[in-house]
Amino acid sequence: MSLFLLLLCLMPGVTFAQEARPLGENPAVEARLKTLAVELRCLVCQNQTLADSNAPLAEDLRREVREMIAKNMTDEQIIEFLVTRYGDFVRYRPPFKMTTFLLWVGPFLLLATGTAVLMVSLRRRAQKTEEATLSPEEQARVAQLLEGKKGSTT
Amino acid sequence: MKRFLLPLGLFAIVVGFLAAGLTLNPREVPSPLVGRPVPDFALPQLHDPRKVFSPKDLAGQVWLLNVWASWCSGCKEEHPVLMQLAQSGSVPVYGMDYKDQRTEALAWLKRQGDPYSLSVMDEAGRIGIDYGVYGVPETFVIDKKGVIRYKQIGPLDQEALDRKVLPLVRELQNQ
Repeated sequence: MSLFLLLLCLMPGVTFAQEARPLGENPAVEARLKTLAVELRCLVCQNQTLADSNAPLAEDLRREVREMIAKNMTDEQIIEFLVTRYGDFVRYRPPFKMTTFLLWVGPFLLLATGTAVLMVSLRRRAQKTEEATLSPEEQARVAQLLEGKKGSTT
Repeated sequence: MKRFLLPLGLFAIVVGFLAAGLTLNPREVPSPLVGRPVPDFALPQLHDPRKVFSPKDLAGQVWLLNVWASWCSGCKEEHPVLMQLAQSGSVPVYGMDYKDQRTEALAWLKRQGDPYSLSVMDEAGRIGIDYGVYGVPETFVIDKKGVIRYKQIGPLDQEALDRKVLPLVRELQNQ
């Protein structure tokens, strides 16, 4: 009985245990897939990349990309393949076109208008403070008030 | 009072944009395939896998391609609409059974009724990728020259059918 238990304890060492293998066998292909997949959006769960998503479609698309890499297609060709089917939306970095003009330039436009508004208002404020000069009567009154205040505190 | 007009105006513009954004569906990504020829395929038919169907077989006809699956809940939702459409005979509907098991697909059609002139099987989902499918059900309107003229993402409801699909089909049939 004890011999049997001992054998049983040794069993795991005998069995051929391995980490679950990734679907692709070629590490070079996997590395390229990884760099490509983080640039591509999964259309099912739209805020995940193709690399992160577990959706069946993402799996299929990874398989497709893997096969294209194996066929020695360039990154541009692979992205083109997906864009012709799913549109620019699959790219996390959309290309610069007429339709994406505001997307790319918008933040800079906002920054420019913001700076312009700030400059104008600052200049106006500077003018206002310059204008606030005192007439001789006012000067005299200020002096009088300050004098009076001094007198009251001491 | 006047100095509040500008911020108020800007606020109104932002609200306008946000309100418009709320009515848009982020899942409806405009397909680059509209206006392009249908991607070709030759797939086994669902009811008779020895027979093959290709979009070329339908050249000269206006037809609908409906991508469906027995596992898809939206397909159940749109099914009555498709059944009615098939019965009306206004346009033939062809099905693409997407990433599905044959037995389950056949059982599903038996249970719900079969609106399709015929269905093909895209078991691996490869042809689906060529069609840019990402949210089953999807429906394509294809004209006589084999060009995709419209793509419906998600269930086809009576409203979409009456307002978009059927008028387009009639227009294409008269061409």
